[in-house]
Amino acid sequence: MSQLSPASERETLTVAVTDPAAASGWLDHPPRMGFFTDTTICIGCKSCEVACKEWNAVPEDGLNLTGMSFDNSISLGADTWRHVAFIERRDEAGDFRWLMSSDVCKHCTEAACLDVCPTGSLMHTEFGTVVVQEDICNGCGYCVSACPFGVIGRRTDDGRAHKCTLCYDRLGDGLEPACAKACPTQSIQFGPLDELRERADARLAQLHEAGVDEARLYGRDPGSGVGGTGAMFLLLDEPEVYGLPPDPVVTTRHLPAMWRAAAMAAATLAACVTAAFLGGRRHP
Amino acid sequence: MNISPVTRQGLKDVRPGREALPGAKRPSRSRPPGQGRQPRATPGGELRPNSYYGLPVLNKPVWEPREIAGYFFLGGLAGASSLVALGAELTGRPQLARGAKLGAAGAISLSMVALVKDLGRPARFLNMMRVFKPTSPMSVGTWIVSAYAPAALAAAACDVTGRFPAAGRIAAGGAALLGPGVASYTAVLLSNTAVPAWHEARAVMPFLFVSSAASAAAGLGLITAAGQETGPVSRLAVAGAAGELVAGELMLRGMDPVVRRGYDHGRARVLLTASKAIAVAGAAGAVAGAVTGSRAIRVAAGVALLAASACTRFGVFHAGITSADDPEATVGPQRARLAARAGGSQPAAPAAHAPARQPASGPASPLKSTSWGDSTSIPGHRQSGTSIPLSRKRDGGESS
Repeated sequence: MSQLSPASERETLTVAVTDPAAASGWLDHPPRMGFFTDTTICIGCKSCEVACKEWNAVPEDGLNLTGMSFDNSISLGADTWRHVAFIERRDEAGDFRWLMSSDVCKHCTEAACLDVCPTGSLMHTEFGTVVVQEDICNGCGYCVSACPFGVIGRRTDDGRAHKCTLCYDRLGDGLEPACAKACPTQSIQFGPLDELRERADARLAQLHEAGVDEARLYGRDPGSGVGGTGAMFLLLDEPEVYGLPPDPVVTTRHLPAMWRAAAMAAATLAACVTAAFLGGRRHP
Repeated sequence: MNISPVTRQGLKDVRPGREALPGAKRPSRSRPPGQGRQPRATPGGELRPNSYYGLPVLNKPVWEPREIAGYFFLGGLAGASSLVALGAELTGRPQLARGAKLGAAGAISLSMVALVKDLGRPARFLNMMRVFKPTSPMSVGTWIVSAYAPAALAAAACDVTGRFPAAGRIAAGGAALLGPGVASYTAVLLSNTAVPAWHEARAVMPFLFVSSAASAAAGLGLITAAGQETGPVSRLAVAGAAGELVAGELMLRGMDPVVRRGYDHGRARVLLTASKAIAVAGAAGAVAGAVTGSRAIRVAAGVALLAASACTRFGVFHAGITSADDPEATVGPQRARLAARAGGSQPAAPAAHAPARQPASGPASPLKSTSWGDSTSIPGHRQSGTSIPLSRKRDGGESS
């Protein structure tokens, strides 16, 4: 009875998903769109945060001065859909590095938030992105606990769950998302996911050749615990340094085993109660 | 004069943009090669995974403890009571049957009020019935409870009024059929999240929850039934309490110690310890009550069993909240998993992503990560912002 199942153990209630839009029932859908965030050229300007808030009318999430370098938005949530992380590093040899990364919803291929949503509010769009249908969401909050990246949140005033929509309204008009549009260095790159994956691989190779060995891709691998993400990142250190989980696994992978355990437990309960009534002397 | 950088040979002196190579002019590592990334060492010498300013990776569950842990207790009580009610009815124990049916009806009614109240948009509770999704325990549970509640209410109503006894019996049968489902699905609901303390307990939690439900239902039976009818629930009390203790132990066995911290510290520890003690007292009281025939002892035992069941549910709930707030509980086991997959030679090697990261034509050296120390390790750097109302309580008061 292993407590930790390896992520490679694949037991799902759905077939392996390579095309989330098709798996969700979209016929003749456009190519899957996503983000490639190249943090090596991020300058920490936070235009992405501002543009996202302006376009989506995301409420103010606290006017803080945190002292966490320049990071005053702290983490993703219902009122923060783009979050720029800043990590100042100095090693023993005295070399200084300033890591900056714009975090966003990963738009997972196998999205835990979508799987656990009991109203069907969370859905995959025709672009393969994950959005909350705000007219359906009743704010049960299950998605908040299910997301392995800590992305989605529930607004206290309005009661519903909110997260990055990958500017679904802009995509429908052939525009790119607000954050990608605003990014001055093209650190946030938007496009068909296939093309972005090629671009990411090429960029990684270029960096490795230049000797930047610590560069790595995050979310690129379709065999990962969430089936690969629609938002990939090129990081310069371990994911947990940026506040990202190193090996996230969608909880649905283990659900069939959980249902079996519950069925056994239910049967055990029925058996025990039966035995309790049959066990003693028959009541006259 | 034309100062445009455009020439016949292409763009001249234009900043490299996407092709920029930050850090490439300097050697990327000023330490000897072969020294990979090291996790932070605590003063005690144990290695701890890195984090982003000690902030949690996950978002904190938004569920209200009183409403959701309270529902787990009431739902379990209801489901198991429906089983007791049917058994009592079939074996000629009318007072036990009535108490169990009324208890189930009352508990499930309160449950539904609590569940609807916990929604962010309570008026939209019926939206749960738009879909039936096996990947969502909440969806499955909504449908189970929607079928169970009318049955439990009908069974109680028929019993109390004496009308439609046949229909009442069918309703009691239906409630007993669905009752175990009501008592067990809530464990799947908790385990099917990213919360480490809940997810890692997934193999045994259903058994803990049904044991807890059984002892709660037994407790209710001891309180409401006449002495000569309480034989079965006295036995069930012992079985339920024993199950709670054993399942509680097994659930934590083999759990990663960092994840287990959620259960072993703070409010969860208080509640779970209390639960075990009170459950033992309740089971002992059930036996003593059966032996001596004292109603006072039986009722006290019943109250104890109900309290123990509630403490178990609230304890497990709070353990999850604590572990969700702890970045190490999220990162530690994942890092261990990656290390195990990589064969353990490089504890921090991100082997799962290696195929995509190994450049096709790049240097043959394996991917190394530079250890730059913890993000809070800069001398004089403020560890936390004073203006953030974050729940960054760390168990044991360990410092970053």
